Amino acid sequence: MLRILQFLYSLRAFLLFVLLEVTAIWLIVENNSPQGAAFFNSSSAIIGSALKKQSDVADFFSLAEANEALITENASLLAALEGFQTIPDSIAIELDSLLTATYEFKGARVVSNSLRFSQNNLTLNKGSKDGIKPGMGVFNHEGVVGRVKTVSVNFSVAISLLNTGMLISSKIKSNGVFGSVNWDGNDSRHAKMLYIGRHVNAQVGDTVITSGFNAVFPEGISIGIISEINSNKDNPNYLDILIALSTDFSKVGYVYLVENTQFDELDSLNIKSEVTNEF
Amino acid sequence: MNFKSLITFIFLVIVLGLIQILLLKNLALFGIAFCFIYLVSILSWPTSIPAIPLLLLGFSLGLLIDVFYDTLGIHALAATFLAFLRPHWLKVISPSGGYDDTTNPTISEMGIGWYISYSWPLIFAFCLLFFLTDQWGTGRFLTALNKSFFSSTFTVLLAIIVQLLFFKRRRGI
Repeated sequence: MLRILQFLYSLRAFLLFVLLEVTAIWLIVENNSPQGAAFFNSSSAIIGSALKKQSDVADFFSLAEANEALITENASLLAALEGFQTIPDSIAIELDSLLTATYEFKGARVVSNSLRFSQNNLTLNKGSKDGIKPGMGVFNHEGVVGRVKTVSVNFSVAISLLNTGMLISSKIKSNGVFGSVNWDGNDSRHAKMLYIGRHVNAQVGDTVITSGFNAVFPEGISIGIISEINSNKDNPNYLDILIALSTDFSKVGYVYLVENTQFDELDSLNIKSEVTNEF
Repeated sequence: MNFKSLITFIFLVIVLGLIQILLLKNLALFGIAFCFIYLVSILSWPTSIPAIPLLLLGFSLGLLIDVFYDTLGIHALAATFLAFLRPHWLKVISPSGGYDDTTNPTISEMGIGWYISYSWPLIFAFCLLFFLTDQWGTGRFLTALNKSFFSSTFTVLLAIIVQLLFFKRRRGI
């Protein structure tokens, strides 16, 4: 018995090494499981505020660009508003539940972002006290950015579209064929569009937008433009489509968050009918 | 190891950690060369430090960096591996006559050639494990290898510059 203990004692460094590595692997697995609660991440108060201080300094240098983007955004909103301004007449439209807004929008600033790894995340400066909830969609004036994963009181962490585990329900704008956009981990400007059948007549230059099926994003938010179409070697039934993302992830500074107010109802319906929903 | 050098090393850990988190987090030359300068603080502890404190240091430092990188566990995994390899690698490349008890594995004491042969393989092992874990399941081994090679070279280069600029030369040499 003593000799076993002596033997173990002589191996103590190696045993500690194994223990620490197992802990680290457990943390990685736990943190990457979609339902797992993430305790240590950048949405905690101290780390979030440190990252915010850093981005306070860094963002100062891109203010001019941010202003320009806001002006363009305002202009397009004004143009859209023009269509809604009706000529006053005597017919009154009754408001009922059919006309309630399904989507609510909020704004936030990105305090930390990564794009070089295969699992990229963003930290936003709004948290549960501003009404941010896990599952909200994140986009900016250019296109889709990601989806909120965890929320603390003052900060939230979103999974970036540049994350190999993220699928976004999307469709080709010109013919309405839908598939899923998934990042292949290659470079931050391109992603793959999956599950587009061989028979589909897709063209290079077609726009890819969100489909609105997923209940996270409203229909019609830009994702990218098809830049390459090849035949798929692994699965000849589908096309291998490469899209150039419309969002420049290296410059994501301010984002909008969108919440589907009917998400719970849709989700429980999906669970009842055993449909797995993608995001 | 006396109290003064302990304070110096803790200071080094904090400063390099802050530089890593605040400046180098979003830096990647050409999209492949990352810099993990905080590893220098693990690499420059004296050669006489026992394996267990070194492992604990590597793990906790990695975990701290992870929290800021939002890559929970990956830095910790790789940094613990680096801390585990360090004593073995030091034994392999020990100069004739071995080390003094007070030897610090730094450029000012061991010279630049020795330092490269000491740090590059260790940092390469760190990077390889880091990028393999990061890309786990995507099956892109060559990208990981590519990134590891350039990241470790870049990190060693920066480590040498940091040491030449900021580490005190010993006994007025």
